[in-house]
Amino acid sequence: MKRELLLGKTIPDSAATPEALYWRRRDFLRAGAVAGVGLSFGFPGPARAAAEKDYAKLPNVKTSKYTAREELTPWKDVTGYNNFYEFGTGKDDPARHAHSLKTRPWTIKVEGQVKKPTTLDIDKLLKSLPLEQRVYRLRCVEAWSMVIPWVGFPLAALIRQLEPTGNAKYVAFETLHDPEQMPGQGRGVLDWPYVEGLRMDEAMHPLALMAVGVYGRVLPNQNGAPLRLVVPWKYGFKGIKSIVKIRFLEKQPPTSWNLSAPQEYGFYANVNPDVSHPRWSQARERRIGEFLKRKTLPFNGYDKEVAALYKGLDLRKHF
Amino acid sequence: MALADRLPAKTRRRLAKTLVAAAATTPAGLLAFRFVTDDLGANPIAELMNRLGYWTLVLLMASLVATPLRLFTGWNWPLAVRRLVGLFAFFYGTLHVLCYLVLDQFFDWAAIWEDIWKRPFITAGAVAYLLLVPLAVTSTNKMVKRLGSKRWKRLHRLSYVAAASGVIHFLWRVKADTFEPLIFGAILTGLLAVRFFAWWRDRIRAAAPG
Repeated sequence: MKRELLLGKTIPDSAATPEALYWRRRDFLRAGAVAGVGLSFGFPGPARAAAEKDYAKLPNVKTSKYTAREELTPWKDVTGYNNFYEFGTGKDDPARHAHSLKTRPWTIKVEGQVKKPTTLDIDKLLKSLPLEQRVYRLRCVEAWSMVIPWVGFPLAALIRQLEPTGNAKYVAFETLHDPEQMPGQGRGVLDWPYVEGLRMDEAMHPLALMAVGVYGRVLPNQNGAPLRLVVPWKYGFKGIKSIVKIRFLEKQPPTSWNLSAPQEYGFYANVNPDVSHPRWSQARERRIGEFLKRKTLPFNGYDKEVAALYKGLDLRKHF
Repeated sequence: MALADRLPAKTRRRLAKTLVAAAATTPAGLLAFRFVTDDLGANPIAELMNRLGYWTLVLLMASLVATPLRLFTGWNWPLAVRRLVGLFAFFYGTLHVLCYLVLDQFFDWAAIWEDIWKRPFITAGAVAYLLLVPLAVTSTNKMVKRLGSKRWKRLHRLSYVAAASGVIHFLWRVKADTFEPLIFGAILTGLLAVRFFAWWRDRIRAAAPG
């Protein structure tokens, strides 16, 4: 299936939601006993993906050896098709609503089993760690995937800087909690703030990345600006966005999707075609931009790099 | 509408049916247009399936609005268009199923079979669609005559089960945001409740002397 436009480049706003139809839809819905809720749930208008040129280029980005040799997912899809419930649960909601997030000033609290608990300033942090580009596959638990050229620094480099103690067995992360900036947090779709975590050896693995940019430019808000985690061998929901807190812990931390549905989302969340989600198969995935589905690869194709971390672990039990 | 009152009943019905048909076809037309112009976002197949499923439910609900409307307002014209609305619900349901079989799974019959039996939300969806088939087949005037009005009415009560199964299909499908499915559930419950109370009231009236 070609993705060329057959009838021209863009569709004017006037074609998006004919007003007459919008009101007729509300008549249908009023037929029930529920009062009109005033939410658009039928005809999303064209999602306004970020314009690439509006994002500053990041300087001095080196290429790294971690470069998947696959076709990149276009910028408009990477920045226009997102799961970021803090801005709404539709795939186009983050692109539409994330503009309310203020990414400067931005600090990250460091707590727990560290020699010196501190507060990091994002700009100082960016100056202290060299940036590199990594082209990673991203596999969402919903069975779609992308190939994304992230810009960031290895999580291991940051952790070494923070000097965790010997008791630190896990790293936990937390997203900003501010319903004014993140209107989706006004709904209890998930427990806020979003939390995630990794085992220490997973966090120290060279593949684990703290991303600050994409396509050589500053990360758009809808992708988790100004700082987000990317763990390419796990399902995308492990990639916590807009991080404000890092804690080093002795015990395994809670993670948001596991709290939401423990029988569906585990702590490890390693990409595994043999362990299906209770409600859908994980054997195949839709690569965004392709027509036919692909076979999903164990550990999202990174099994050579990470399988050793899980030797002896029952991946069906610890999903 | 004053204009409509001046027209003969047959013309009124034709006008109503034409308007309903035009309205009901529009979402499909728009979706086709957006699909072809690559305006359905990064995952057009998923978006298309979701939109088609949404409209199937909307039209199913709309087909169930006719009787409650008549009970409240005395209007009869919704019943005249109800069959058309129901058939359009079947039309969108068919497109939704075809989209799943062809675009989403691309005739991977093994995967489809596994889905139908192993994924409860797809089982519910399959049930909902299969229940609509006999309703579509028996929608013609000839069929009403063949079955007789009593039997036909009883058969078409399956539309309640189909609608409920469709809502459950939606509810079990969503990841965490149950808002839309619950709205549909509330609407369906309301529509069925109205019918139930009307039936109950009739029973009481029939039982009470005078």
